[in-house]
Amino acid sequence: MSDEHKKHSVKSSPPPVHGLLAEYDTPPQILHAAKQIRAAGITKWDTYTPFAVHGIDDAMGIKMTILPWFTLGAGLTGLASAILLQWWTNAHDYAWIISGKPFWSIPANVPIMFELTVLLSAITTLVGMLILNNLPEPSHPLDQVRRFARVTDDKFFLLIRASDPKFDDVETRALLATTHPVAVEAVLEDRVTPERMPTGLVYGLIIFAVASVVPFALAAKARYTKSSSPRIHLIQDMDSQPKYKAQRENSFFADGRAARPAIEGTVAAGDARDDDHFYQGKDGPGWARTFPSEVALNEATMDRGRQRFGIYCTPCHGQIGQGDGMVSRRAESLQQGTWVAPTNMTLEYVRQQPVGQLFGTISNGIRSMPAYAPQIKTEDRWAIVMYVRALQRSRSGSVGDLPPDARASLK
Amino acid sequence: MAISDVNPFEAPPAGDNMFARITDNVTRIAETATPPRAWYIAFGFAQLLLLMFLGSLGYVIWNGIGAWGNMMPVAWGFPIVNFVFWIGIGHAGTLISAVLFLFRQNWRTAINRFAEAMTIFAVVCAGIFPGMHIGRPWLPYYMFPIPNQMDMWPQFRSPLEWDVFAVSTYATVSILFWYMGMIPDFATFRDRATTTVRRVAYGIVAMGWRGSSRQWHVYERAYLILAALATPLVLSVHSVVSFDFATAQLPGWHTTIFPPYFVAGAIFGGFAMVVTLAVPARQFFGLKRIITIRHLELMNKVIMATGLIVGYAYGMEFFVAWYSGNKYEVFTFVNRAFGPYGWAYWTMISCNVLFPQLHWFPQVRRNPWATLIIGLIVNVGMWFERFVIICTSLSRDFLPSSWGYFVPTPVDLMTLGGSFGLFFTLFLLFCRYLPMVAMSEVKAFSPAGLAHGDH
Repeated sequence: MSDEHKKHSVKSSPPPVHGLLAEYDTPPQILHAAKQIRAAGITKWDTYTPFAVHGIDDAMGIKMTILPWFTLGAGLTGLASAILLQWWTNAHDYAWIISGKPFWSIPANVPIMFELTVLLSAITTLVGMLILNNLPEPSHPLDQVRRFARVTDDKFFLLIRASDPKFDDVETRALLATTHPVAVEAVLEDRVTPERMPTGLVYGLIIFAVASVVPFALAAKARYTKSSSPRIHLIQDMDSQPKYKAQRENSFFADGRAARPAIEGTVAAGDARDDDHFYQGKDGPGWARTFPSEVALNEATMDRGRQRFGIYCTPCHGQIGQGDGMVSRRAESLQQGTWVAPTNMTLEYVRQQPVGQLFGTISNGIRSMPAYAPQIKTEDRWAIVMYVRALQRSRSGSVGDLPPDARASLK
Repeated sequence: MAISDVNPFEAPPAGDNMFARITDNVTRIAETATPPRAWYIAFGFAQLLLLMFLGSLGYVIWNGIGAWGNMMPVAWGFPIVNFVFWIGIGHAGTLISAVLFLFRQNWRTAINRFAEAMTIFAVVCAGIFPGMHIGRPWLPYYMFPIPNQMDMWPQFRSPLEWDVFAVSTYATVSILFWYMGMIPDFATFRDRATTTVRRVAYGIVAMGWRGSSRQWHVYERAYLILAALATPLVLSVHSVVSFDFATAQLPGWHTTIFPPYFVAGAIFGGFAMVVTLAVPARQFFGLKRIITIRHLELMNKVIMATGLIVGYAYGMEFFVAWYSGNKYEVFTFVNRAFGPYGWAYWTMISCNVLFPQLHWFPQVRRNPWATLIIGLIVNVGMWFERFVIICTSLSRDFLPSSWGYFVPTPVDLMTLGGSFGLFFTLFLLFCRYLPMVAMSEVKAFSPAGLAHGDH
């Protein structure tokens, strides 16, 4: 490599001297030389060795590096960001309870604090080492010296730079000679390696930098624009499954429908609801005034009704059916005009309604009350009607309704 | 390129001084045009296994993880067994590099580089298994706190999330440590390069290292700091992995002994893998002068010590189960040894507790081939340890009505076997192209490097 450089350099004036390089064979020799050079008051110099020679720091008077402070700073940053990340995500932005643990507690968050502290410290240590050592360093005047290639193998070198105030070609050579080097060689400045990066590399890096922004730009665009076409779906998960859904087209059948209608003249098991009294609460054209024969008028049905009423009706109608359930009270406290208050079922006009009509209201809904037929079984709806009748009676009774011994306790 | 029948690395290394001989001994492995025939055979075999690995993973991705045998009640099955096995192996490298560095155990310099490489390749293998086990391997980024349209975050109070951070931090720091250690050796490769490709490639990764003492000073400090950071890290990783089990309510998992027991087991299994690789490597690459019998013996002593700790943990688990008076705990351990998985339990005990006792005999622990065989046995035993912990506890928990028996499918076995293909492929490429021994460190601790002249 150095032959090539020499060829180039003969064209113009010879390059200035970068420094003087001395070569040694063993660690003790370089240690000894380093001590002498330091004692001679040289400041712009360095030694180059295949490994970290023990004691060279003291011999050269190298000051302790500030790298540990970089690491400390990064470690504290990692710790702080772990605390902030976990607190903000799990206790603040989207607070959720896990196994009844507090939203924020130190012990459960220690492992991640530790990991991020170590991660940031380690990355910073390596990057800090490179920065403090001025690496990467693609070229150096020493690269022109053929013998210097063995610095990473088995030889030890000492370089005194020409920029040192005490540098003098003759005197420095004499100084180096007193350290008993194997060889001394002048190192010339590097005139061959271009000052600037090769144009191709520069353009390549620019293109790479621009291209690396593209995915983020696309993500940002997708976040702030709307599209009517479905999202690009690289992996289908279970979105498309080899099956037909209701309302879909299917060319296999003559009518083109995927859903098959019931065969004419048939009813699915349990769907034959031809008893209007039981299923509709109807007695001919009007509401039935009596309970259907399928409903047993006994204590068990009453209990069932009370229980179902408690589950389905009390949120709006309240425990005794006066229309003051928790939902209603909350809605009224908000004073929003859209709320239709639930009916007080103990009022006279409701009491006058036939049982069939009460059953119909529960089954089909009324005003803003939804239909409960899909949720409550037919027998249970009748049981609720029975319990509502009992509630109505309890709100409109007179002393005469009580048994004689209970009557006495009221006086 | 002709494959030579004779091992080109049998010859003594060239050079007129100790440093040059060390350089030649290591660099000639990467500089030779024809590696030994054993390398080609091993590499071809590793490629076949790797192909099987990729094939089985592709099959699992395409068909879903039902292709594996994990099914209720043993939902973790092979993937998590393999994950814990590989991550355990990945402990020895950093332990040798960092912990032994802090304890000034200078013998580590001969083996630390390829133990670190082994660590990284084991962590690569380990990471694949939970990544696949999540079921939709294209969504692993759900585990990281990335802002998303669902406005949801990972659950940081879960040990599984700690695992994500612990393993990824460990992988990152191990790679940084490994790379930083190689910079001076890359520079050696660069300076000896005879082709432009090698000069440029090694030149880029060497970053212009020229061995300046001022740079060495910062470098050594950085190495010390990384060692100090990696030491608690290596102890934390397997502790966090053990939390996956220990924080569950399952009998046999819910024990406080798990973190130290897992860490000891990881060092045990990791060192076993180091000797398993070191014995053939020193044989085929002519590194017997650098990785000596003394190194093997020291590693065998570590294996024996950690094996005894692991054996103690096995015994202590039984004692605590009995002492707790908890009938589920007692049942779990009796079932472990004498239940349907008893065969796995006794395999584990004999491989991990009985066979390493042979190292009490100096003739055994100084014999490379005995070292290799016991290393392989310990690796088998450590795989079975994880199998026993996961499968016995999950297959028979509280309700007998939900008991089951885990049977791996052929795909399970192909994935496990194939992961060795990935591991060996990476390792053999490393042997061929990267500095297998930390030359600069070996030189520093060689007799010539330690000579101090006037003091």
